[in-house]
Amino acid sequence: MSTMPAVENPVERFLRTDRMPHIWCPGCGIGTTVSCFARAVEECVSDLDELIIVSGIGCTGRVAGYLEFDSFHTTHGRAIPFATGLKLANPQLKVVVYSGDGDLIAIGGNHFIHAARRNADITVICVNNFNYAMTGGQIGPTTPLDAVGTTSPYGVCERPFNLPFLAESCGAVYVARWTAYHVRQMTRAMCEAMNKRGFSFVEVITPCPTLYERRNRLGSGLDRMQWFKENSVIKNGVDTRECDIAFQQKIVCGKFVDVDRPSLLEMVEAKMASVLHRRRWERMSREQQKPIAMRPMKG
Amino acid sequence: MSGENDGILTGAHFLDGDHACAEGAIAAGCNFVAGYPITPSTEVVERLAWRFPSTGGTFIQMEDEIASSIAIQGAVWAGAKAMTVSSGPGISLMMEHIGLAAMAEVPCVFVNVQRGGPSTGLPTLPAQADMMQARWGSHGDYEVIALVPNSPQECFDLIIHAFNLSEQYRVPVLFMMDEVIGHMTEKVVVPPRDQIKVTPRRYTKLPPGEYEPYRAGDDLVPDFAKAGDGHRFHITGLTHNERGYPVMNAECQEQLVCRLVDKIRNNVEQISFFHEDDLADADVVVVTYGISSRVSMRAIREARKKGIKVGHLRLVVVWPFPEEYIRRLAKRIEAFVVPEINLGQVVLEVERCTAGACDVISIQHAGGAVHRPQTIYDAIVEAVR
Repeated sequence: MSTMPAVENPVERFLRTDRMPHIWCPGCGIGTTVSCFARAVEECVSDLDELIIVSGIGCTGRVAGYLEFDSFHTTHGRAIPFATGLKLANPQLKVVVYSGDGDLIAIGGNHFIHAARRNADITVICVNNFNYAMTGGQIGPTTPLDAVGTTSPYGVCERPFNLPFLAESCGAVYVARWTAYHVRQMTRAMCEAMNKRGFSFVEVITPCPTLYERRNRLGSGLDRMQWFKENSVIKNGVDTRECDIAFQQKIVCGKFVDVDRPSLLEMVEAKMASVLHRRRWERMSREQQKPIAMRPMKG
Repeated sequence: MSGENDGILTGAHFLDGDHACAEGAIAAGCNFVAGYPITPSTEVVERLAWRFPSTGGTFIQMEDEIASSIAIQGAVWAGAKAMTVSSGPGISLMMEHIGLAAMAEVPCVFVNVQRGGPSTGLPTLPAQADMMQARWGSHGDYEVIALVPNSPQECFDLIIHAFNLSEQYRVPVLFMMDEVIGHMTEKVVVPPRDQIKVTPRRYTKLPPGEYEPYRAGDDLVPDFAKAGDGHRFHITGLTHNERGYPVMNAECQEQLVCRLVDKIRNNVEQISFFHEDDLADADVVVVTYGISSRVSMRAIREARKKGIKVGHLRLVVVWPFPEEYIRRLAKRIEAFVVPEINLGQVVLEVERCTAGACDVISIQHAGGAVHRPQTIYDAIVEAVR
């Protein structure tokens, strides 16, 4: 019997392999996003020691624990303010918040809008699987109208958030949405988001076959990927007001926002420099404001 | 402001407790504060917002107290010395993150300028009714350290001590002021830089690859590493092993939680800090902390004039509680008198440690004012009758 030559998984060096197997279900889309993220890091981040991953609580909240960077698994909904403090205290670091829709948008919704408003220098990756999966499939603020969950067995009666619109209207300088099917586009979006100064936001729609797809009779993880392939409409630059997600309707994907606006750190720097005129401040700023070592993505 | 002295305002000043607390934090090396406005603590963050740019610190007003109480922890992991400041309702919102700081062993300081409660209560008036919340407010078993100043000078001196203890034991330290202390203006002497003792953070000397974030030595306190230094560590609020990885079983839970508790409980004598006055011949001991100690002094002085053998024990560190000390003292006196601006909190600890060895008289006050010295005097007289 011939043996295959051993080929190293290209993203393995970014993973804590001593923590495998992971907790995610077969067909779950979170692992796909992690693989894309690792490839984005490989392409775009030059100093891996300066990359910090911050997660909240939930299935996606476990991402921090599987990525081999300095990583923080914080409290439910509070990854963003943790990341804000981390970045302000050491502007040299590249801080990425990686969490789920319930964590970031329900319990953490207030922090999300304020971080976008102040244009905090962080990247937020939101894995949206339309439900609370860790606790067994409850509905959340992104569950489409009429879909069912364990806490809404007759169907959701509330309109969900349109995350790209929410992020843009609050001040995000980069906003993109892709599905787990769009691995190349997702990777590129993560890379672009990390290269951005200020609040950048990437939403990734993923299957949750164990809970959301099963309860709503939408098939397996693979069926769902097929569905994403056939029902995604790529509209780069489209008005984010057109990005609402309705149950089993077309999903608008693309890069919607990519603008430049002074980030929180840049605003603080400019204000202090203009008001204080202190040699001390200038010296301190020089030390703190070394440019972030990043590379543009190839190709 | 003297730039050549790291922004420390060496000299004599006329400051209220809130401003003295802010100056003390700067002297302690605090360089990150996140806060949210709330009476009667707001002056602390107002002063820091004004002072920090020239001392190299960062202040950010967050969207709420929940955000403030975790933004400071992000900053600590980036290498900052950090605190947040609040009062009653805000402190209630911060409770989950006091638990996180205890669990992830994040050295930081929570200042609580206590006001009347529960709920919105008495925003502009004093109370000492958060003492049990300070000890037990977050869920689960854990230990914290709580200090209680009784003057603006102590707000300055003890906030430095609070930062030092947080670094030494890697615990959240609660700084329990109250509205009267916060808004009382007195002389505050700020010593020169070289006379201020600051405990540095104990960073690991191990190279990346060998460092484990929760491997502790004999003192049960693990060495620290900050984000970005190449250790690639993982930190979680879940029950975790020495590597910081989640482990969901009873063995790991016991190992971790017992260490978190023991690193404080094994050091109660070293952490304990109290002032004794006239205890040698005392039949009655008035046990106080914070503003209540100052009201009690008048009553104690008057009682002594009348020939009553009364002493004063003022707790500066209330948590961990000096159990053994109280237990020993109880065996040689007739009664403890415990005045506090609440309906009986720290007195429960005094009773527990006394275990019937002497009388314990609780002098309660629902909040909104301090005790009248006469009330405490009457209790002292009653205690020796």
